[in-house]
Amino acid sequence: MMSALAAQLAQMLLVLALAPALTGVTRRMKARLQRRVGPSILQPYRDLRRLFHKEVVLADGSSWLFRVAPSLVFATTWVAAALVPTFQAGLPFSWAGDLIAIVALLGTARFIQAVAALDTGTAFGGIGVSRELMIASLAEPAMIMVVFTVALVAGSTQLSTIAAFMAGMGGLRVSLAMALVALILVALAENARIPVDNPATHLEVTMVHEAMVLEYSGRHLALIEWAASLKLLLYISIIACIFFPFGLVLDDTGVAAYALALVAYLAKVTISGLLLATLETAIAKMRVFRVPNLLGIALMLGLLGTLLLFVSGGM
Amino acid sequence: MMPTVLVGIAGLLGVSALSLLLIHHRAATLAVYGACLAFSLALGTVAVLSIGQAPSETTLPLGLPWLGAHLQLDPLACAFLAIIDAGAAAASVYALGYGQHEAEPGRVLPFYPAFLAAMNLVVVAADAYSFLFAWELMSLLSWALVMTRHRAAKTTRAGFIYLLMASFGTFALLFAFGLLAGTHGDYAFAAIRAHPLSPWLAGLALVLTMVGAGSKAGLVPLHVWLPLAHPAAPSHVSALMSGVMTKVAVYAFLRIAFDLMGPPAWWWSLPALLLGGATAALGALYALMETDLKRVLAYSTIENIGIIFVAAGLALAFKAGGFAGASALALSAALFHGLNHMLFKSTLFFGAGTVIVATGEQDMERLGGLIHRMPVSSAAVLAASMAIAALPPFNGFASEWLIFQSILVSPQLPQTGLKLLVPAIGVLLALAAAFAAACFVRAFGATYLGRARTRAAAQAHEGDRWSLAALLACAVPCLLAGVFPGRVIDWLQPVTAALVAGQMPPQMNIPWLSIVPVSAGRSSYNGLLLFAFMAAAAGLVAILVRPRARADRRAPFWDCGYAGLGVAAQYSATSLAQPIRRVFATVMFAAHEQVEMPPPGDTRPAILRRFRRDPVWDFLYAPIAGAVGTATTFLNQTQFLTIRRYLSLVFTALVILLVVLALWG
Repeated sequence: MMSALAAQLAQMLLVLALAPALTGVTRRMKARLQRRVGPSILQPYRDLRRLFHKEVVLADGSSWLFRVAPSLVFATTWVAAALVPTFQAGLPFSWAGDLIAIVALLGTARFIQAVAALDTGTAFGGIGVSRELMIASLAEPAMIMVVFTVALVAGSTQLSTIAAFMAGMGGLRVSLAMALVALILVALAENARIPVDNPATHLEVTMVHEAMVLEYSGRHLALIEWAASLKLLLYISIIACIFFPFGLVLDDTGVAAYALALVAYLAKVTISGLLLATLETAIAKMRVFRVPNLLGIALMLGLLGTLLLFVSGGM
Repeated sequence: MMPTVLVGIAGLLGVSALSLLLIHHRAATLAVYGACLAFSLALGTVAVLSIGQAPSETTLPLGLPWLGAHLQLDPLACAFLAIIDAGAAAASVYALGYGQHEAEPGRVLPFYPAFLAAMNLVVVAADAYSFLFAWELMSLLSWALVMTRHRAAKTTRAGFIYLLMASFGTFALLFAFGLLAGTHGDYAFAAIRAHPLSPWLAGLALVLTMVGAGSKAGLVPLHVWLPLAHPAAPSHVSALMSGVMTKVAVYAFLRIAFDLMGPPAWWWSLPALLLGGATAALGALYALMETDLKRVLAYSTIENIGIIFVAAGLALAFKAGGFAGASALALSAALFHGLNHMLFKSTLFFGAGTVIVATGEQDMERLGGLIHRMPVSSAAVLAASMAIAALPPFNGFASEWLIFQSILVSPQLPQTGLKLLVPAIGVLLALAAAFAAACFVRAFGATYLGRARTRAAAQAHEGDRWSLAALLACAVPCLLAGVFPGRVIDWLQPVTAALVAGQMPPQMNIPWLSIVPVSAGRSSYNGLLLFAFMAAAAGLVAILVRPRARADRRAPFWDCGYAGLGVAAQYSATSLAQPIRRVFATVMFAAHEQVEMPPPGDTRPAILRRFRRDPVWDFLYAPIAGAVGTATTFLNQTQFLTIRRYLSLVFTALVILLVVLALWG
């Protein structure tokens, strides 16, 4: 029991510590692909430290909500990330929330972020929120359909159970392939990556997420940036534990298994970061009103996957 | 327990009569709402406590002489009595303060207690006559309350449409009960239960019930009166109509479909699923396109009713297939969501009422920045907004999570039709949840956040203590029911045991207060733990990440260097919904924009026009109204005939009738 609790705590701290590195790897790889030297992988940590030490400038006319929101967004995202198995499944608190709850927790974070962006009463906060809501209104249903597909295959919505089932399952399933594609599209949209949003831009007309956090500075901005990188790591962890559960520790099997699981997880995250950078370099950002087409595809793939499983009997 | 309930209902009716004497007295408002609060609290407590007891029945010598008034108190009635009276108690507390602002209290006070009594009566009625009598009483009294501000043209139109739709609904229910009573002609529920109909006749009765109950609940396309009538009433009545009266309609559906009609056929679930899914998604989309605060809330009621009907439809399908456990899960989800909706919708309407009292405005485009001047009510409304957007750790998520879980057990249903339909309904529910989140980010943001758009909004003041007490009394349970959902689920199990002969696993025995709908390996949710983790993590962050050395500085907002733009440059409610309107509403609602740009050198302002049609009005109601108009114009000729022609008309009609009779025999 104690070791399980220790593993749970280790996992919570691991995602926290690893998230900025993932952003660093992605940025570095992107820079290399564009034949730039690029910043060090550790740059995001330095950025966070710098932001935590800088003073906070609050916009005139902002309320308590504006000040509380960063902590809440960070806390909610962290709790969601702690529910996703990274190196071990079946941790003591993994039953506290299933995959639907994780999606909904991210929805809570989004809600708080959006109302905080409206709090200052600026035009950019509004434009960011209105686009974020439009994207979420398709991405969330698509994600729910992905959850349905996966849950119907594995007979559970608990990520640990799903991971254990997937690790033991042989062969390919069409509906799962659809779910994977849909999940990747949703992950790109939810994390404000190209082709949906550009994490590096500050060009007003194109930004979504950056427009929402425009008024934040200092430690508030640090928490929001950290939460954003946590969210990216969370989606990568979900994809890894559902579709690539190799090396995941399923029951207590000693130090060697843990070491292997940790290495496997780090490898999965690194490879995902590199793939993401390659994708972002290879394609261009979409016009805002073409994003619904992309997410519509994700929604339809999720629905088709679910339908296939419903018709073929399911769980 | 039955006598207590009867005394409570009689007491409410008595308050209604007494209020006529008091009407011009200064303390009338306090006395009437105070008495309503006491009676509804008593009724609610009795209902909560007696849900697990054996049904009790009694017959009063009222109503039809050969029938009497049958009344009963069974688990289903108790569950809905609790919802009704909790909502009524909260509304009465709110009205203790809000009612003081009423210009003509005489138009509210006599009707309000009787309206509460009528809703209670519908639920305890145990024969078709008493049921329809109470139902019609409820409709007419709520109509009288809608007409409180009868001088506004909008109100009279709302009242007229409401009256039409309410009569139509009762008419449909009348036929439904006629079919159910069948040839034996006994209208007591016990007799109806004893004589189940053939499946096809029962299906017809079910469709009539859907029309009757659905028109009161606000199912699309019978919803048209709801966004007109609910906002027209005073805010505490709006809260009752939206949060409570729609639940009485849900009760009518559950009572007839699950109790009176006997064993269901699987296809009975189709109308509830189809209409429920469409209602959920469309209701939320409608809400996103409104700018009147109370109309947004009314449309969101329509959405939630859709969600409840989907869950009820699933429960019906499972019951027909013999899956008692799954049916209990879906029915628990429906009832739980009904309770939750009462809680958060009451909070939101109370909040809207407080805003209207404070500013005199209910158009979101003329509000903004209220969070600074109304800290307590804005916090309560924020909590309720998150609850209605189905976000953890609030109660809306717990019940929607149960509905998703019941969708996930539905592949075991044998019918191909349902297998194809249920995933599509799942998409509609997910869309509705996402729209609801967007809708309430927008509603809360435009009303309470940003900078005040009018002077009235800038000079708003916080609500009185009664209003705040009512707001908190509904907002805090939103969190509690989300953190301890197992307690509520367990409380509802006598209802599922009575209606679908199945129960969910007892939730209070599960360690750590988790909820487990089917089995632990399959899915579980622990609102308490998530809430504790979130609070702990947020507290930890707040403590660890404190301002260093210097205090936080205040400065004009940055806004990419465009600081100094006026209040009108901030995003409005209309502009916040623009992307969603453009993506989702261009086909069905024909939403589009037209820009009229004067040529260079011309100093006229540019004009942006927005267009939107309401498909239900244009394609369903307008043709019907047109046809009625044409028919009456045509028949109008018969008013101006000579006596000879009237006589020949009578003669012809007589001959035709005789011929028909002859052929019949």
